[in-house]
Amino acid sequence: MSAVRIFVPVDAAAQSVGANEVAAAIAREAAQRGIAIELVRNGSRGMFWLEPLVEVETATGRMAYGPVAPDDVASLFDAGFLAGGTHPLGHGLTAAIPYFAKQERLSFARCGVIDPLDLADYEAHGGLAGLHRALTMQPQDVVAEITDSGLRGRGGAGFPTGIKWQTALEQPAGQKYVCANADEGDSGTFADRMLMEGDPFSLIEGMAIAGHAIGADTGYIYIRSEYPHAVATMHRAAAIWHDAAPSPFRIEIRVGGGAYICGEESAMLESLEGKRGQVRAKPPIPAISGLFGKPTVVNNVLTLAAVGDIMAKGAAHYRDFGMGRSRGTQAFQLAGDVARGGLVEKAFGVTLRELVEDFGGGTRSGKPLRAVQAGGPLGAYIPASALDVAMDYEALAAAGAMLGHGGIVLFNDSVDMAKMARFAFEFCAIESCGKCTPCRIGAVRGREVMDKVIAGEDRASNLALVEDLCEIMTDGSLCAMGGLTPMPVLSALRHFPEDFGRE
Amino acid sequence: MPAVSTFPDTQDAAARAICAQHGNRPDALLEILHETQSQFGFLSDDALKAIAHALNISRAEIHGVVTFYHDFRREAPPGHVIRLCRAEACQAVGAEALAHHAEKRLAGNPSVGLEAVYCLGNCALGPAALVDGELKARLTPAAFDALVAELEAKA
Ligand SMILES: Cc1cc2nc3c(=O)[nH]c(=O)nc-3n(C[C@H](O)[C@H](O)[C@H](O)COP(=O)(O)O)c2cc1C
Ligand code: SF4
Ligand code: FES
Repeated sequence: MSAVRIFVPVDAAAQSVGANEVAAAIAREAAQRGIAIELVRNGSRGMFWLEPLVEVETATGRMAYGPVAPDDVASLFDAGFLAGGTHPLGHGLTAAIPYFAKQERLSFARCGVIDPLDLADYEAHGGLAGLHRALTMQPQDVVAEITDSGLRGRGGAGFPTGIKWQTALEQPAGQKYVCANADEGDSGTFADRMLMEGDPFSLIEGMAIAGHAIGADTGYIYIRSEYPHAVATMHRAAAIWHDAAPSPFRIEIRVGGGAYICGEESAMLESLEGKRGQVRAKPPIPAISGLFGKPTVVNNVLTLAAVGDIMAKGAAHYRDFGMGRSRGTQAFQLAGDVARGGLVEKAFGVTLRELVEDFGGGTRSGKPLRAVQAGGPLGAYIPASALDVAMDYEALAAAGAMLGHGGIVLFNDSVDMAKMARFAFEFCAIESCGKCTPCRIGAVRGREVMDKVIAGEDRASNLALVEDLCEIMTDGSLCAMGGLTPMPVLSALRHFPEDFGRE
Repeated sequence: MPAVSTFPDTQDAAARAICAQHGNRPDALLEILHETQSQFGFLSDDALKAIAHALNISRAEIHGVVTFYHDFRREAPPGHVIRLCRAEACQAVGAEALAHHAEKRLAGNPSVGLEAVYCLGNCALGPAALVDGELKARLTPAAFDALVAELEAKA
């Protein structure tokens, strides 16, 4: 009999709850019992409350056990988990766990399944098919396919990807670049990280396809320094890619400096050029004049990770998921005080309530849910009474909220929304690039005024001042950092006036 | 000390070597700063002077970059650094109370530094922290104290 394959995630979140210790304990126990096993360090399936989630390959499929502690390992062997035996930590087949079974995994189809750095494993699970097909096509036809798929940018703004690529393609031939935005600064988001650690080749494949489509031979991946594990994995993946060279596309990896604003695309380009991460005035747009002044496509990691699947299965397959003008799937990320935190890839149109209650299982603390922040630090607070909104770009905008990068943060009833509003200003004050006055000064003033509101000083006039500041920031900021900071502030004030001393 | 380091051990010589490895390209400045800092823990005047010279950029320009990014240090850090996440998703599970506890626990401790960080991508398992580069999850005050005790034992 060949060695049983056991999977223990190498994902940073899994490591943070002891995956390495569990992997070591399994190897030790198997050796002691004289059992041959093959230990695979896969990515995470994204069911973080079950991490470390150990899987065993059996004739009927992969069986899941979790969360496993090193002390559980002996009893797992005793229970015959190598043959899928029953154990209190067992969940049956991974693919049948409702949280997982109810998802529509396109971009994350391989994440948690394969060995992240095994290119043959990647190809055996459908990887490279999109690239191979794209390379047989004319660049214009590749761009048309992406346009047809309805894919929109997953970094926050939701801009149609095909239109961006078309602009870059139409620039005169010469040096062009593809830049993957892996700065993922939004609190409550981890999908880029999970993908880079669990299926790094899908990002590179998407970039290589983009390169073929616009005529670029080089790509940069800009990863935030807060993600040391992802940085290490992407370095190794790039080296493997260059050796195997499934296409001539070359990858360079750059690490950020701990500045949130460098997620804004023009600040990222400045940073990639070795400069301060200050936002550039637009126009010109990067697709015309980007990195080193050359035509540059900047896309989020998830946007690029969707591309391989679209090219492999065709635009229609992707477009058939979703609703309205939001096509395909979105990686929603459940975070904060959530019972079942993790990644849920679903077609657009799923409701916030389904995500929070059916998938998330409500709060981890068991306290009543009070508010949800969707779309990161610049996103709106939504009261627990308003969860029936459909998750799609337009429906959220109509509800005064936004999708952003897909983060959903749950807060229980102990949250003080005036403090959250204050924090929104504070974060903007810390992270502002300083280029324009409404943001640089407005955020500092906003924090000061919120301090007075919280202290109960002259609340009516101070809140009026907060609203004025928000108007100035919304109208006068050069980028969405200053422009959207009012969104969390004003949504908190509107939905939770009692926390601000307003009736 | 065993000579395992591939770089010279003075900051300016090391910085020059790192610059050379990056082809003295000014656009690699962040990478160069990261690598220099990871070798010495901080960026000395000597190192910055050497980098400015190698990349042919002004000292003012380099100073502007170093001060813009939160990551770069101009002074030697404590032996251990705990970067505690203070962003929203961790706040939702008690990061603020934990931060107050941590400040008290580490007051006057020169060997363990405490820094704020805004999201580590572990938002489903907060409160999160990076402890000497290792990611931690679901930190409670008790778990924090145990971590610190471990670091102090190593110090
Ligand atoms: C303050 C700020 C922070 C941003 N942070 C990110 C980020 O971390 N990752 C990202 O992909 N896009 C981020 N964006 C959006 C980018 O500017 C840009 O729209 C995006 O990378 C384009 O890629 P996409 O079309 O694939 O979404 C940010 C924007 C702003 C204003
Ligand atoms: S809004 Fe803020 S972050 Fe954006 S350009 Fe202005 S100062 Fe910089
Ligand atoms: S908010 Fe703390 S890890 Fe993301």
